[in-house]
Amino acid sequence: MASKVIHALYIDDDVLMDAVKKVRAEHYHIEEIFTPFPVHGLDKAMGLPHTRLAITAFMYGCVGLTVAILMMNFIMIEDWPQDIGGKPSFSYLENMPAFVPIMFELTVFFAAHLMVITFYMRSRLWPFKKAENPDVRTTDDHFLMEVDAGNHDVNKLTSLLGDTGAVEIKVIDKEEDNH
Amino acid sequence: MYTLSNRLRLFSIILMVVGLVGLVIGFADRPGSIEEVKEMMAAHDAHGGGHGEAVQAASHGESHAEDAHGGDAHYEHILHQLQNKPWASLYIAAFFFFMIALGVLAFYAIQFAAQAGWSPVLFRVMEAITAYLVPGGLILFVILALSGFHVNHLFVWADPEVVAHDKLIQGKSGWLNGTGFIIRAAIFMGGWLLYRHFAVKFSRKQDESPEGNVWYKKSFKIAAGFLVFFIYTESMMSWDWIMSFDPHWFSTLFGWYVFASLFVSGITTIALITIYLKSKGYLEFVNNSHIHDLAKFMFGISIFWTYLWFSQFMLIWYSNIPEEVTYFITRIEDYKLPFFGMLVMNFIFPLLVLMNSDFKRVNWFVVMAGIVILCGHYIDVYNMVMPATVGESWFIGISEISAVLLFLGLFLFVVFRALTKAPLLAKGNPYLEESKHFHY
Repeated sequence: MASKVIHALYIDDDVLMDAVKKVRAEHYHIEEIFTPFPVHGLDKAMGLPHTRLAITAFMYGCVGLTVAILMMNFIMIEDWPQDIGGKPSFSYLENMPAFVPIMFELTVFFAAHLMVITFYMRSRLWPFKKAENPDVRTTDDHFLMEVDAGNHDVNKLTSLLGDTGAVEIKVIDKEEDNH
Repeated sequence: MYTLSNRLRLFSIILMVVGLVGLVIGFADRPGSIEEVKEMMAAHDAHGGGHGEAVQAASHGESHAEDAHGGDAHYEHILHQLQNKPWASLYIAAFFFFMIALGVLAFYAIQFAAQAGWSPVLFRVMEAITAYLVPGGLILFVILALSGFHVNHLFVWADPEVVAHDKLIQGKSGWLNGTGFIIRAAIFMGGWLLYRHFAVKFSRKQDESPEGNVWYKKSFKIAAGFLVFFIYTESMMSWDWIMSFDPHWFSTLFGWYVFASLFVSGITTIALITIYLKSKGYLEFVNNSHIHDLAKFMFGISIFWTYLWFSQFMLIWYSNIPEEVTYFITRIEDYKLPFFGMLVMNFIFPLLVLMNSDFKRVNWFVVMAGIVILCGHYIDVYNMVMPATVGESWFIGISEISAVLLFLGLFLFVVFRALTKAPLLAKGNPYLEESKHFHY
């Protein structure tokens, strides 16, 4: 089944932000917005739900901390205890200050890397993936808003988009399986 | 314009009076002779019941050993510690509130030097807090002068008898002597107060004549100059006023450590006073993104403080050099609760409470975290001063609490009176519109 969408192109992020607010105020559904750089506050203006990436970052950090503790406990206390600087390694707690840098680093390492990987997976990005953006100019200096035309009056919608400052408006018949 | 409510004025005056009375009691309660110390300790042990007896037996053994060396040396030691205690608690409270105002002054200067766009709506709050530098600085200066010339026994290097038998202090006496100490304190405070005076003056002038930003440019220049002066003098101040309590010991990042402490306390105080004023219906132009940013600073600088604390601790702990490690051994053996409690209050608590982005916009969360952070940094100063001045004879008693109440009352009185002196919005600042529309 083919669905009808409208592509409206803007050349300024402030104009785009105002346009998003107006389009949403008229109860049209914005499918997606393609921008050359992250636009501050755009997610809020589009009404996207709050990201849960921060929660995953916290959990990954906890995993990293746990890994560091278990690893140092095995390496330095259980497997091969040594007497370093008059501090025999018989107890994790007594030698803990020496392990804090490792605990900190692995917390950060796990949180950062796993968060990036999660972000890629969540946004369906992986190596050799074909680009999804419908217009190459969105990688340079244009902003593209994709509005669901659905059962709406296309002429009314395009004139609204024109009023919001779009420099180019295209009506696209989109196949469900074209990406 | 803000008007100081009678309730707040009365509240701060009551705090000052109660604090002053308590301090007088604290000073009057000091034991005057060795006999009194013995009496106090006997009474204390008796209260302890069965557990106390073992202690008493142990201390009998000790005193027998000491008798051989010439009598009451142990009790005399405790006598001196207890005589020091009200002085030390007065010093800690005076320094703590002074350092809050100083931290705010540095934060204020950074806003100008960085030409920050988010913060101008908070400038009048910051200016009012720095007003405490004048009375607080004078009081601290008097206490420093009394200590530097050995009217009390806070600084052992000020005691000629001790210095005569101490090679290490003799070697440092070119720096650590009463005259130099006072001259340096005068230079530090003079410079800070001078900046404070002109910064506030320029800020008010900018309101009157904003054309061309003439006064704003002056504020920028003076702020940049002050920050250079500040980071040197703050570092030396920390050696003089805090590190010299343990004149044998030294730490090369001590200046940074004290800076982190005063910076986070200052920022926390800005947040608390801003939230208070907002709850009273003032500062309608401050939105929750400003509070969010202040809370981010509270969170970030708390972590920064921990980083410095740990950097200092770990190197000394690891190398285990006697002259260095003694600093932490006294603290861990005699001050276990405040030493580790402070870490929980200054690191773990703000880390967990302020980590979530949404919590940083919930006022009562920020207030709760802020109060814990301020208490934690009071204990931090306590841990830096008390072990060298009262040793193991510490407890948080009437003189500590009264000293805090006295200076808290003075701080509130001065700060909120200063708030009434100028409009709460620095309307001439060129970044004001950006600040009003600041959103995260």
